[in-house]
Amino acid sequence: MYLYDEIDQRLVDERVAQFRGQTARFLAGKLSEEEFRALRLRNGLYIQRYAPMLRIAIPYGLLTSKQLRKLASIARKYDRAYGHFSTRQNLQLNWPKLEEVPEILAELAKVEMHAIQTSGNCIRNITTDHFAGVAADEIVDSFVWCELIRQWSTFNPEFSYLPRKFKIAVNGAVHDRAAVGVHDIGLHALKNEKNEIGFKVLVGGGLGRTPIIGSTIREFLPWQHLLTYLDAILRVYNRHGRRDNIHKARVKILVKERGIGIFRDAVEAEWAHLRDGPATLTAAEVERVAGRFTRPNYKKLKNEKPGSEPGFQAWTSRNVHPHKVPGYAAVTLSLKKTGVPPGDVTSDQMDAIAGLAERYSFGELRVSHEQNLILADVRQADLAALWREARALGLATPNIGLLTNIIACPGGDFCSLANAKSIPVAQAIQEKFDDLDYLHDIGELDLNISGCMNACGHHHVGHIGILGVDKNGEEWYQVEVGGNQAPAALGKVIGPSFARAEVPGVVEKLICFYLENRDSEVERFVDTVHRLGVEPFKEAVYGNADQTSQSRRERALA
Amino acid sequence: MATLIKHRKVVANAPSPEGEVLRLEPTDDPASVAGRLAGAARVEVNFPKFGDGRGFSIARLLRSRYGYRGELRAVGQVTRDHLYYMEKCGFDAFELRAGEDATDALSGFEDFSASYQK
Repeated sequence: MYLYDEIDQRLVDERVAQFRGQTARFLAGKLSEEEFRALRLRNGLYIQRYAPMLRIAIPYGLLTSKQLRKLASIARKYDRAYGHFSTRQNLQLNWPKLEEVPEILAELAKVEMHAIQTSGNCIRNITTDHFAGVAADEIVDSFVWCELIRQWSTFNPEFSYLPRKFKIAVNGAVHDRAAVGVHDIGLHALKNEKNEIGFKVLVGGGLGRTPIIGSTIREFLPWQHLLTYLDAILRVYNRHGRRDNIHKARVKILVKERGIGIFRDAVEAEWAHLRDGPATLTAAEVERVAGRFTRPNYKKLKNEKPGSEPGFQAWTSRNVHPHKVPGYAAVTLSLKKTGVPPGDVTSDQMDAIAGLAERYSFGELRVSHEQNLILADVRQADLAALWREARALGLATPNIGLLTNIIACPGGDFCSLANAKSIPVAQAIQEKFDDLDYLHDIGELDLNISGCMNACGHHHVGHIGILGVDKNGEEWYQVEVGGNQAPAALGKVIGPSFARAEVPGVVEKLICFYLENRDSEVERFVDTVHRLGVEPFKEAVYGNADQTSQSRRERALA
Repeated sequence: MATLIKHRKVVANAPSPEGEVLRLEPTDDPASVAGRLAGAARVEVNFPKFGDGRGFSIARLLRSRYGYRGELRAVGQVTRDHLYYMEKCGFDAFELRAGEDATDALSGFEDFSASYQK
């Protein structure tokens, strides 16, 4: 865990005072609605469909038990005793009162937390691999680099009023578990032939209404230059990104309109002036930040053979992950139990999870961008005991990587941007695929649901992606197949959209076709889509061309 | 008449003694005035909208790349909530938007007592 120094704490405290003043000026009529909007958003405060929503930052998804208990108590005191973990590894409260938000922020500051830059046209929470620091395939501990970027981006005076939001992801391992290809900037740590550390830099990726996979702007950026290079990219974007149309304001559009070659030339020209300047990182600075992270005090242990109890075995095969230290494992607590909105946790569960983290994982946990919680440092000998406790709390559904581990945005139940609800769709699909043996037989499958084209549920990179669309005021759902998180691939729409009640049946048709046509049990759904193309899946759902037009006519008449 | 703040003090907006007043809009490239900076009485950078942050980069460029040391004045939608960031980017004069409370605005400089950026 990163421990605040005196300056970190002072800045967070001063931010609370600043926002308290801004809220008071707004309530006194001294700040316009529009201006307060720009200020409250950068403190995570939205005005939603039914109530405000507060998005609390969980930098790079890392939390302590003490912090989680504070979140539980805030949710009880100021909200309806639950919270929603988001795909940016943050926590959202759906029912706070606007005038109480400064108080909530003050409570957060007591446990080294805040809601800084969780929204607004600025640099957002830096996200990373939820197995950072423990992964067997680690190249660097990405938390340290995330924290360096967090500090650089916090209240960065030059980049506080960007054309649009800006999302950065860092991946520090061989496998990309941070989805760097679909971020405004994606950083993938590498070692060169001299064993020096650097980053492959991708720019201009993103989901939303114009999904684009990021382009490589630099194959290898030595770590010393990380921040000056980010300065160069952000300066080009701040000056030249479009501000005339909110839907064309992300950096991905600038990169696409100019072409990566011209964009790269502009960044390199800017960087020529910034390179080796005062923001250049030194080993001392990296060590200073790394030194503020506490590290688990691992015991010398040997790897254990997992137990063979049937339910336990299913859980270890899906929810337990390898660890770089012998005798330890990382565990995912699934927040995807059927009947519970994906990513939602009650205050009581938060308290209980904080206890689990204390007893089994050095008092720390992580939020994954798939909206689950991770206990990263569990002794293998303790796995069975942890499983029993997690099961009693409803947090041991053995579905990580499987179809029912659905990523979903809050959707039309809460969000004022949504065209359609996502939570009931997720639940209907989970209910249809409730049989564990069947689920395991289907194998790895990411199913992602967004309630509108802003794509908070990452539907473009789901193996099956579902998007809520509005047709004459009614909720309809478009289905995509073939998306993938890493290596990033975007799904393709299979055809006309469906009514909500039809969606689980459509998923079932896709799955049946896959099971009949996979070349072996190891070929995943997404691999079959990539091998056969979208067309046969489309036919499996709509029938052949004649049947399709017939069904369209029927639907038009219905 | 809009309130003018210079070096964190409210001052009268007297005409500049001599030299040219250069004015840059968000779309202007500061390179276009690089050759005239030495003789300028001041440079004004316009912020046409509350959320338009291009002027911050323009100020940085004027101070660092083009070595401008004279008065750098933010004009337009300049409010209390921008002052801390503007000063950090190199502005030393601020023409507040009409209706802004000058005393309150001055406390905007004190929003943060430390900064992460070098």
